[in-house]
Amino acid sequence: MTAASAPAWAQAGRDYVYVVGSSTVYPFATVVAERFGRGSPYKTPKIESTGSGGGFKLFCDGIGVDYPDVSNSSRRIKPSELAACDANGVDEIVEVKVGYDGIVFANSLESPEISLTHADIYYALARQVPGEREGELVLNPNRYWSDVNPALPELRIEVLGPPPTSGTRDELVEQAMERGCNTVPWILSLRDTDPDRHASICQTVREDGVFIEAGENDNLIVQKLEANPRALGIFGFSFLDQNMAKVKGAAVEGVEPSFEAIADGSYPVSRPLYFYIKRAHVDVIPGLRAFLRELTSDRAWGEEGYLSERGLIPMPAAERRQVALDVRDLVPMKVAGQ
Amino acid sequence: MSSTGANPVRSRVQAGLSRRYRREFLFRAGGIVATLIGLGFLVLFFGTLIMRGASAFTQTQVLLDVDLDPGVLGVGAPVDVGLGDFDAVVSRALRDRFGELSTREERRQLSRLLSIDAAFRIRDAVRAEPGLVGQRVSVWVPASANIDMYVKGQVDASIDESLRPVSDMQIRWVEMLRDDGALKRRFNTDLFANGDSREPELAGIRGALVGSFFMLIVTLVLAFPLGVATAVYLEEFAPKNRWADLVEVNINNLAAVPSIVFGLLGLSLFIDWLSMPRSAPLVGGLVLTLLTLPVIIISARAAIKAVPPSIREGAAALGASRIQVVGHHVLPLALPGILTGTIIGMSRALGETAPLLMIGMVAFIVDVPGSLSDPATALPVQIYLWADSPERAFAEKTAAAILVLLGFLLLMNLAAVVIRKRMETRL
Repeated sequence: MTAASAPAWAQAGRDYVYVVGSSTVYPFATVVAERFGRGSPYKTPKIESTGSGGGFKLFCDGIGVDYPDVSNSSRRIKPSELAACDANGVDEIVEVKVGYDGIVFANSLESPEISLTHADIYYALARQVPGEREGELVLNPNRYWSDVNPALPELRIEVLGPPPTSGTRDELVEQAMERGCNTVPWILSLRDTDPDRHASICQTVREDGVFIEAGENDNLIVQKLEANPRALGIFGFSFLDQNMAKVKGAAVEGVEPSFEAIADGSYPVSRPLYFYIKRAHVDVIPGLRAFLRELTSDRAWGEEGYLSERGLIPMPAAERRQVALDVRDLVPMKVAGQ
Repeated sequence: MSSTGANPVRSRVQAGLSRRYRREFLFRAGGIVATLIGLGFLVLFFGTLIMRGASAFTQTQVLLDVDLDPGVLGVGAPVDVGLGDFDAVVSRALRDRFGELSTREERRQLSRLLSIDAAFRIRDAVRAEPGLVGQRVSVWVPASANIDMYVKGQVDASIDESLRPVSDMQIRWVEMLRDDGALKRRFNTDLFANGDSREPELAGIRGALVGSFFMLIVTLVLAFPLGVATAVYLEEFAPKNRWADLVEVNINNLAAVPSIVFGLLGLSLFIDWLSMPRSAPLVGGLVLTLLTLPVIIISARAAIKAVPPSIREGAAALGASRIQVVGHHVLPLALPGILTGTIIGMSRALGETAPLLMIGMVAFIVDVPGSLSDPATALPVQIYLWADSPERAFAEKTAAAILVLLGFLLLMNLAAVVIRKRMETRL
């Protein structure tokens, strides 16, 4: 069914920008939308919180006022999603990287300080860990942090983390766990010979009650950490930033999760956040071009901008300048194979 | 009565009497304990909500002496006052109040005393009265959310400065303002006048309330007549056979279907197939209609069934047609029950979030919807979104929004009781 045959109640002409996508980017996208709505003659954009995957599904459904103009995401768009977009005529997409979000491992202020390595994270959270002999895997026997690494406190491992539907979870397994996993030589060698097995060893989280899926609501994790000083929680940096009076972040590979450490890349677990824009909608939807200008302005995403105040970690100035230029000229993404 | 001992029945009864009294006492005590436990949870629930949410009904405001100098505004009065640089006016007023600051960080902290809305408030005041340009005026403007939390005692000033959102310097400034009487807490009208916002001090539930209202109107207009008509047909006219049983079982099943399923149905039926707009209260109302319809049908059928058959027979004996029997006698008598069921169905609809998730109503929408097809959210969705916000100040807003939702539910259920009582006494 096309927009042209739609009945009268369909949006004949939309006069506001329509954004869908990740619940991680939602707190940032909404701030830009609100400032844009206040400071410009255009209406405030509508921002739906659908999750990254759900956002791309809506975004790639077609071109026209019924479909979103922008999809934001806490990961890059997948080739399969690009193909789906392409199949529906959404072929020119502008990719905008807006900054970074750190993923922190935090516990209550009352509990001991913890400093983790990637290997610690892998040995604490993976379903299977290497056994005595090379090539052998055993179900994760580690119950205490001290089992994982004698330098860590003798504290029962209890981790509250994101469910598999979450982008934070993808980042946890792909960055922290996989790097820890690759410290084992024979597993690392699997990466080239048997990538599927490698991924399944490195990216499967244990399911014996030690890792507790705590839902998408990060505030809830913070509350649970307050109530349970033994537990460690995994969530986005902005929630740590807002709850410094209750929880503290664990150092990863010796680096504390601070704004500066994430910005300069020394804190290892962080991910880029993206906005994807339909080129065909620019100059058709009123305000879309101006919205992009607001998004890529230094007062929004700069070091002193209002997004950094909300916990978004800005990109280096040179990279920001480059992205802003690409957005101004609406340079579409290069699709693999073209 | 000396023959008491001779009566075997009586002696047996008396022997068992104390045991029976004890059992009755235990039974009653059990009932009282169960009720008290239930009440205890209720008190705990409301108590924590009120403790957390009550402070959200007030808002901290700061009295600012602003100099509406056309030079600072950058506009020649009275030409296009609205475009003036009101941020500059605000920061100058702050500097006048607290003196010049040397570092950029200090200036940043100073500007964070006030809500970003301060400049817009002054702009609106000047727009309404352009003659103000060139004068000095005193205006109350909202404080920023962090300062608001500090004033409400929700920021512990004793902990290390780096761990709290308000700096020592900001606390000094706030205390200065407080000593001068330039700081007050007043009723938070923004909470009821504004739509959603990412600035906690400005966020309001108006948009969500209007969205919920629109949806409930759609639901009521559709579900009430459909539900009552179905109930009347099934009770009064439909032949009693296997098909009727099948329909009954299905309706009862529908009432127990998880609400998210109705959301999925709404997505494919109304949005994908009929191309209705996403996020619209119209679609929300239609989905909630599907959800409430079984509830209304079941309660209406129960109410109609409860009308004594003698009334139907009496009316029929006096020559009333079947439609007259139903219209003049059965429905008026069943109405209190039907209305109670409808209101309970509507209050369930008011509290639903899950089906709205599927049809795009979980969204950030600042503008208050003006029609059934404008994008909107609903009150429970607003609560869900605020509960997920990183800013600490949204915690009290969330609790306040829950209190408002509970208030509406209470009103609706109270209305159901009152209607039933009044109609029952009238008949």
